[in-house]
Amino acid sequence: MDKNFLNDFPILHSRMNGHPIAYLDNSATTQKPESVVRSICGYYGGCNANPHRGVYELSVRATKVYEDTRRKVAKFLNAKSAREIIFTKNATESLNLVAYSYGLNNLHAGDEILITIAEHHSNLVVWQRVAQATGAKLNYIYLDADGNLSQADIDKKLTPRTKILAVTQISNVLGLVNDIKKLSAQAHEVGAIIVVDGAQSVPHIPVDVQDLDADFLAFSGHKMLSPMGIGVLYGKKKLLEEMPPFLSGGDMIEYVEEQTATYAELPQKFEAGTQNVGGAAGLSAAIDYLQNVGFKTIERIEKDLTSFAIAELKKIPYVELYGCDAANKVGIVTFNIKDVHPHDVATILDSEGVAIRAGHHCAQPLMKYLGQNSTCRASFYFYNTRRDVERLIEAVQKVRGIMRLA
Amino acid sequence: MLENIYTELIAEHSQSKENRRALANATIKERGHNPSCGDEITLELEIADGVIKDAAFGGTGCAISQASTDMMIDLMRGKTIDEAKRLAELFIGMIHGDIIDDNELEELDEAAALKNISTMPARVKCATLAWHTLDAAIKNSGGDKLA
Repeated sequence: MDKNFLNDFPILHSRMNGHPIAYLDNSATTQKPESVVRSICGYYGGCNANPHRGVYELSVRATKVYEDTRRKVAKFLNAKSAREIIFTKNATESLNLVAYSYGLNNLHAGDEILITIAEHHSNLVVWQRVAQATGAKLNYIYLDADGNLSQADIDKKLTPRTKILAVTQISNVLGLVNDIKKLSAQAHEVGAIIVVDGAQSVPHIPVDVQDLDADFLAFSGHKMLSPMGIGVLYGKKKLLEEMPPFLSGGDMIEYVEEQTATYAELPQKFEAGTQNVGGAAGLSAAIDYLQNVGFKTIERIEKDLTSFAIAELKKIPYVELYGCDAANKVGIVTFNIKDVHPHDVATILDSEGVAIRAGHHCAQPLMKYLGQNSTCRASFYFYNTRRDVERLIEAVQKVRGIMRLA
Repeated sequence: MLENIYTELIAEHSQSKENRRALANATIKERGHNPSCGDEITLELEIADGVIKDAAFGGTGCAISQASTDMMIDLMRGKTIDEAKRLAELFIGMIHGDIIDDNELEELDEAAALKNISTMPARVKCATLAWHTLDAAIKNSGGDKLA
């Protein structure tokens, strides 16, 4: 029997429209346990000062909170060195850093960038911009019928012209896990680097950047129990060292003259301005919490909830599911109710206390590819229960009646 | 709360096909889009002598956006551009909760039934999409100067 995680998340005891809340929008953001909230309060209540700058003890304490978290993240991802961990605002900023600092400086007309049709806009629009600025070509890997990346398409489009392969480890719409290890080997074979969007994977499965041989990997803290506003970019040291800074300002410099400046070493080179130290304190407590629960438990619970939800939804004749027949699926169920727009579904579920996401999930090209304008998405985390899934099903069964279609 | 939103009237208008067509003599076509939820409509207007002779629409969206579009078209047919602009402002004012007097809203006819959306911030954009699109259509066509 699993621990009752709900006791650690006071917000999950609150009510929504008069019902206990069934929070099934974890791919958008997760809730925060008390230990994370306490850690943030503890930082601002007892350690707050500008890190790296002051010589006094309080500033040293703030620096320690920040740098200890960096070491913890490095261990969490099995990076070779804490210098390979850059703090950002979120995965989006991490991916922008790679696109602007690496992409703009290493791509030329005739080069190719390869991404998948299942990318979130954050790993798609940045590459459009790099392509437009450099004259490189942006290509897409499409999907097989089961929703997985087409190997034939990968083999055809990953060529010596490909300089960057940017791919999500887990699709935020379909929940399908891509085989990054295999993709990275194939990318390296043709001389490309691989940029991994880990926003949906790092919170849910163990991620080892050395085992994956990822060149860059981005994730957001807020999708894994941490506060909003703290994210991470992992990058191989050699690549990061060769890249110019992304943002310029304080803390990222060495010497500044009137017309020129030299830049700080890694990781400060990429961390201009005062950073989110309170966020780092929260991220540190979040990693502790997740490691206490253990990824084996997290995966087991999410797998159980996902297959239970799919099995129950499949029993309802007017529900259409997307990407739900593949085995390599984590925590996300995407569906539509016949003749009802997802926005109406979400409003009706909301009135029953069930929180889901409706819309294009920041993946408009994928929606178009699936032939849908938008979809409903229920996404789970380890603190969800089978009761949450039952509540989802009960609410889904009311939708067509309320829409006068029954 | 829900029963005040998904009423028989809204269901009827959201499923109605009458205004969902292409106009043979459209003088203005305007696309409207809610990027956050994917609602998308194309509004077609046939304007002659400063009067909306006919209107129709295409596209996809939730029941609220589709019903709102359908009711707007019923309301606008035969109105002058000046009247249309004023009614669109009245409707948007109602949805934003700025205009609450039922007597004042009577002019909106059936569209006044969407008043309750003003209590649902997440759905305000759905209800106002068509009306903003109409406003843009009139502006882009220079119709506001012709009138």
